[in-house]
Amino acid sequence: MAKKFMYMNTKAPYGTIYALESLEVVLIGAAFEQDVSLAFIGDGVYQLTKGQNTEGIGMKNFSPTYTALGDYDVNKIYVEKESLEERGLSLDDLQHLTWEDEDEDWAEKDSIRLVSRSELADVIDDQDVILSF
Amino acid sequence: MATLHTVNKSPFGSSVLDDCLGLAKRGSTVLLFEDGVYAATTGTKSAEAIANADGITFAVLGPDAKARGVEGKIADGIKVVDYDGFVDLVAEHDKVHAWL
Repeated sequence: MAKKFMYMNTKAPYGTIYALESLEVVLIGAAFEQDVSLAFIGDGVYQLTKGQNTEGIGMKNFSPTYTALGDYDVNKIYVEKESLEERGLSLDDLQHLTWEDEDEDWAEKDSIRLVSRSELADVIDDQDVILSF
Repeated sequence: MATLHTVNKSPFGSSVLDDCLGLAKRGSTVLLFEDGVYAATTGTKSAEAIANADGITFAVLGPDAKARGVEGKIADGIKVVDYDGFVDLVAEHDKVHAWL
């Protein structure tokens, strides 16, 4: 039976390896057909910024991988509103992540759900497994 | 004695930038690199603290800002340097205080 997995992303990309490792584990979980959700809180919201270009630092730019999550049925991506605002960011600063709904003739839908801290607390409360990165 | 301070941690969840600003003297320079570049982005408390730090020069390592997609959000008055510029800063100052 599929369990509800929540991956908590709390750190900025590139400065540590956590963001990339989380993404790897998320894709593995999705391959096992579990019910996967992602949350981005704190500096984790920086993982989703658009326009990342790592040519100058000699590291792989893994931000395009987030746009592929929809193809793995990972389409519940929660971004905490307070964390964005504290960092002077809005949804416009993030990549536009979408998925195609098989039940609605492959209609393209938004994957990112902007939620308040208290709303996110309820979502986390509802999970079976929580993995924090 | 002119000091170059280097800060590589995000200002959120780390007190390193505050510690650095509390101890940096007039005439010193603070270079923000790696996750430290987020401190220089507009709309943050840290950018305000930087704007209010009289007599201290701030610089950001461009390649790190670009990698993180925040190059366009660096606050006015903060110089963006490349790796050669980083080396120049080291050479221009008497010593380097590498905050961790």
